[in-house]
Amino acid sequence: MSEQTLSHTTTTDAGSIPDTDVLEQMYRLMVTTTLADNRSTQEAKAGRLQAAFYPVRGMEAVCAALGAVLTPQDRLVSTYRNLGDALAKGVTLRSIMAELYGRIDGTSKGKGGPMHLHDTAVGFMATTGIVGSGLPIAVGLALANQLDGGGAATVVTFGDAATSIGAYHEAMNFAALWKLPIVFICQNNQWGEHTPIAEYAPSVELAKRASAYSMPAERVDGFDALATMHAIETAVERARRNDGPTFLECVTYRLTGHSGTADFSYVPRDELGAAMQRDPAPTFRSWLIDRGLTTAERIEALDREAEAYVLDAFQFAENSPLPHEDELFTDVFADDTWVRSVK
Amino acid sequence: MTTTERSTETAVMTSAAAMNSALDVAMAADDKIILLGEDIAEPTGGVFKVSKGLSTKYGVERVRSTPIAEQAIVGTAVGLALGGYRAVAEIMFFDFIAVCMDQVVNHAAKFRYMTGGATPTPITVRTVVGSSRFGAQHAQSLEAWFMHTPGINVVMPSSPADAKGLLAACLESEDPCLYIEHISLAYSKKEEVPTGHYSIPLGQANVLRPGRDVTLVTYGPQVPVVEQAAEELAAKGIEAEVIDLRTLVPLDFDTVLSSVERTRRAVIVHEATQFCGPGAEISSRIHEELFNELIAPVQRVGSDYSPVPFSSALSGYPTVAKIVSSVEELM
Repeated sequence: MSEQTLSHTTTTDAGSIPDTDVLEQMYRLMVTTTLADNRSTQEAKAGRLQAAFYPVRGMEAVCAALGAVLTPQDRLVSTYRNLGDALAKGVTLRSIMAELYGRIDGTSKGKGGPMHLHDTAVGFMATTGIVGSGLPIAVGLALANQLDGGGAATVVTFGDAATSIGAYHEAMNFAALWKLPIVFICQNNQWGEHTPIAEYAPSVELAKRASAYSMPAERVDGFDALATMHAIETAVERARRNDGPTFLECVTYRLTGHSGTADFSYVPRDELGAAMQRDPAPTFRSWLIDRGLTTAERIEALDREAEAYVLDAFQFAENSPLPHEDELFTDVFADDTWVRSVK
Repeated sequence: MTTTERSTETAVMTSAAAMNSALDVAMAADDKIILLGEDIAEPTGGVFKVSKGLSTKYGVERVRSTPIAEQAIVGTAVGLALGGYRAVAEIMFFDFIAVCMDQVVNHAAKFRYMTGGATPTPITVRTVVGSSRFGAQHAQSLEAWFMHTPGINVVMPSSPADAKGLLAACLESEDPCLYIEHISLAYSKKEEVPTGHYSIPLGQANVLRPGRDVTLVTYGPQVPVVEQAAEELAAKGIEAEVIDLRTLVPLDFDTVLSSVERTRRAVIVHEATQFCGPGAEISSRIHEELFNELIAPVQRVGSDYSPVPFSSALSGYPTVAKIVSSVEELM
């Protein structure tokens, strides 16, 4: 597909349609992400969050597709724009939100912040705040998996702008050279902070770059949850079979600013309007109902469930204590004796 | 590593052979140890031959020659650590670490902290420094950069036995370690080194020579230079105590301070640039703790403030003469 077709397609019946419980799980994830994302942006704008929040609006379908395919044995390395990825992998919204508020019940005891979420128990291995730096780390995880005998996939997500940094190319080269069980998922939202993709990339079809590394690649409509899910499934299964890496470009559009508090006026209104027509959760909701795959009543129940889940998570985060000041010196090294002696 | 028994057998080794022995012993005991680096497998065995023979013994899966891509070498090591492996990443020359600085200081050093202790990344980055044979991009002593980054151990051995014991300690550490080897020490000095498992705890300085008049604090390639200076000072009736720090993080301030408390004079010597170098921190600490005990201000002898020059006619490195002169000014 090309950018020109973006605003004219909707969720398709690409490939086989999963069972209702999978579809509902995907919808639940999308609507939860949207609601939590909107609320986080509000909290950031109101000054109640310590730092900016990096919204994932527009990428919900890709995240839901990841959630439908990945198991806890598969490992995911994500970026600072990670809310949907974390939920997809099974990280609880309570621990995510507590980390956003810098509280002790956060995934990192409040010491990492939203850019450094993790939950190794569910295979959510790391998130990084340096654009593109997660790719070589994921290569190492995939190598560990290959050395362990394989059977699981390592997935790394990153934005389109990450394809400009050297670490991206080095990681692609290592993965292809060593036939690692890894899936590179570019969540192409078509913006690198405040710069549109056409102004920093000579070819906006990023999937084409994989051919330089003799790596299988696919470019998929990232607003189309099913098409994306099938593409991820194919790539992840290839990795689980130890048949090597895949590059997957999921073309979406960022429906908000770079950060939850940043000015957003630089985004062309017509482009944004067209993309908003394809807002993932409402689009998927309509498709599910129109296709008779679920009922309006069931959707309403899922919406209420998601609202309650998000409300609970924010309340939990607000009520969670701040870390004790002593935490400053723990976790610098395994043993904090020397750290305390030098301060 | 689960082996804790110390080897009693020894053999005469160079530092390069001692490091090879440390890697060999550790790889035999722990199949989770993976080596990564440019040209490290056979037939090269690493450009300094530190990994010679290891790929033949343990296979190219575990002794893995990589493309020339330092970010990916260290990033892969970090990922291996997250996946339960112990990676040793070889960065051929210390200066090249600028290429992978992000993975060393933003990822390896911070992952434990940023995750509240959940995902430590105990990797060892081995690298080589020293001599101006190749010019300014193959010679700079950059240890201060890493001392300034909380979360990574900085290790710099000065002898074959220490080279083995400290590398073994890095491989056993629960934290990331930067292990800096000196090119001039790799083959020049031979000594008895335990052949089996042998490790030296990080953070323990070594008092190489006792003395009552002045404390000379140094590490790595300046150790033999300082020892020679101590000999010359002894001939002049000045008894210098020589301390080899061995590790810069954790830094053994206790040994340094208890020595200076007795000698009441100190000179810190290192090959890193003197300006903002490791000596500045050590000097400041001595002044803060022992100001009233000092007979004279602590002195530093580091490299002059220039890139490392190529021509052998030029050198900003510390010399025996500079050290002796610095001590004499204190007396």
